[in-house]
Amino acid sequence: MKLSSKIYSAVIFGFLFAPIAVLLVFSFNEAKSLSVFSGFSLKWYDELIHDSNTLEALSNTLILAASATAISTIMGTFAAVGINKLRTKWYRSVMNTVTDIPMTNPDIITGISLMLMFVFVGRLFGASSSLNFGTMLIAHVTFCTPYVILQVLPKLQQMDSSLPEAAMDLGCTPMGAFLKVELPEILPGIITGAIMAFTLSLDDFVISYFTAGTGFETLPIRIYSMTKKTVSPKMYALATIIFFVTLSLLLISNVVDNKDSRKLRELQKSQKQ
Amino acid sequence: MKPAVKKVHSTYRISLAPYSVWSLLFVIVPLIFIAYYAFTDNNFNFTTEHITRFFTATSNLVKDDGSTQEVRTYLLIFFRSMKLAVISTAVCLLMGYPIAYIMARAKEKTQKTMVTLIMIPMWMNFLIRTYAWMTILQDTGIFNGLISAIGLGPVRIIGTEAAVIIGMVYDYFPYMVLPIYSILAKLDTRLLEAARDLGCNSISVLRRVIFPLSLPGVISGITMVLIPSVSTFYISQKLGNGKFFLIGDAIEGQYVANNLHFAAAIAFILMVILLALMAIVKYVTSKYVYGGD
Repeated sequence: MKLSSKIYSAVIFGFLFAPIAVLLVFSFNEAKSLSVFSGFSLKWYDELIHDSNTLEALSNTLILAASATAISTIMGTFAAVGINKLRTKWYRSVMNTVTDIPMTNPDIITGISLMLMFVFVGRLFGASSSLNFGTMLIAHVTFCTPYVILQVLPKLQQMDSSLPEAAMDLGCTPMGAFLKVELPEILPGIITGAIMAFTLSLDDFVISYFTAGTGFETLPIRIYSMTKKTVSPKMYALATIIFFVTLSLLLISNVVDNKDSRKLRELQKSQKQ
Repeated sequence: MKPAVKKVHSTYRISLAPYSVWSLLFVIVPLIFIAYYAFTDNNFNFTTEHITRFFTATSNLVKDDGSTQEVRTYLLIFFRSMKLAVISTAVCLLMGYPIAYIMARAKEKTQKTMVTLIMIPMWMNFLIRTYAWMTILQDTGIFNGLISAIGLGPVRIIGTEAAVIIGMVYDYFPYMVLPIYSILAKLDTRLLEAARDLGCNSISVLRRVIFPLSLPGVISGITMVLIPSVSTFYISQKLGNGKFFLIGDAIEGQYVANNLHFAAAIAFILMVILLALMAIVKYVTSKYVYGGD
């Protein structure tokens, strides 16, 4: 790499990581100040783990993300299998367009549109408040499923389509052929899709904000209401924890990925010999 | 078709059915609800008053020198959103293209590390990222501390358009870099050698070979930055001190005030404009990138 490239990269990564560094450092600040570091202290972390609202928001977020991931992964995988086999051209292009909509539409449009429908339907049934955990779950499944489909579909297209046919010729039912032949082939795509769905759901603020009921607060919504009022380094402590958790997840998935590609290379080598 | 084959195909149809129904109920119908709310009043009778209000509502803008000026409230907000989003997208492109190029030319191992480094900030919630900038750029923040120390400051950044642009660029920067990088990394290096053999210098290789070939990545980067920046809320509330209301803030404000019909009208107009923008981008791409010359 040329020196100018190195300098430019350093500037860009400095820009990307400066705010994160600030968060990390000031989460350990003894004083409440966000510009002067007066001494090392863990008191904001201590305050954080005793903040029952934040802890409840954290568990809400995890429950919601796990449920949304389970539903969208199963529905998305079956949908990808179906889309892959579609022979009707117009049906296929309709499905592709519909899958694109939640990914390309701004979050605020997705959020508002679902909220309007929930409020309308709620009013029809005379409910006093129509937004709750259920509406949020529907919203999360809606924006997560396209990402699962997008991960699974290429794996299906790469797979030799004569494999499930051979299984069926040998006496498998279509379901049996799917479970025994197709599923193991597309599993990496399903896992990546599920991870994406989980992280998208964890991270989502805008859509959750519009579809959340008053009784159910997720972590991003909690952060939003915390940052509306005065600043507290407690927020920084929370951000630091989130940062290290996601960083370790990212490193783990990278290691798994590297192992996978190493295995693949060894396999290719042995096939060549 | 043999009965057995038919049965297999109906099985595949069934596996798609739940998602088809789900998309109809929770993707298509909700979008229709935006239009329905936008064109009705509180009793769900047809009206165009909300759409008209967007184009005609006026308010008094207090200028820096204290004088006031009557302005079209929502048109002003809309054009401000477009302006800040376009500037942010341009800054992202100018900053992002070189780094994507450097990444694509690096060793394979370095490439992987750099991609991970670009993605790490994306894993932090955008509220936290924006909030971090707020503390950096505050009047008494670290940035002002630093530039005062070298005798340049302090400068007022928070509450200016520049602060909002910094926030947008920071939040959406990876969406510009990653699509461009993925195209540049796959670029056939023999083409570059051929161009050089045929007498191109480095700049004309970049201008006449690399850049045109990377256009699909540039275009998807532009859309991936432009759409969230046009529709964002929160960034301007935090970094612009609430002085630079954007279209997303307007929608959110009407939602909080429970004016659902007007919120829907603004969202409807935003949607129509974005669809038009996307159509233009698509048309230009198909003509310029794939259409030849």
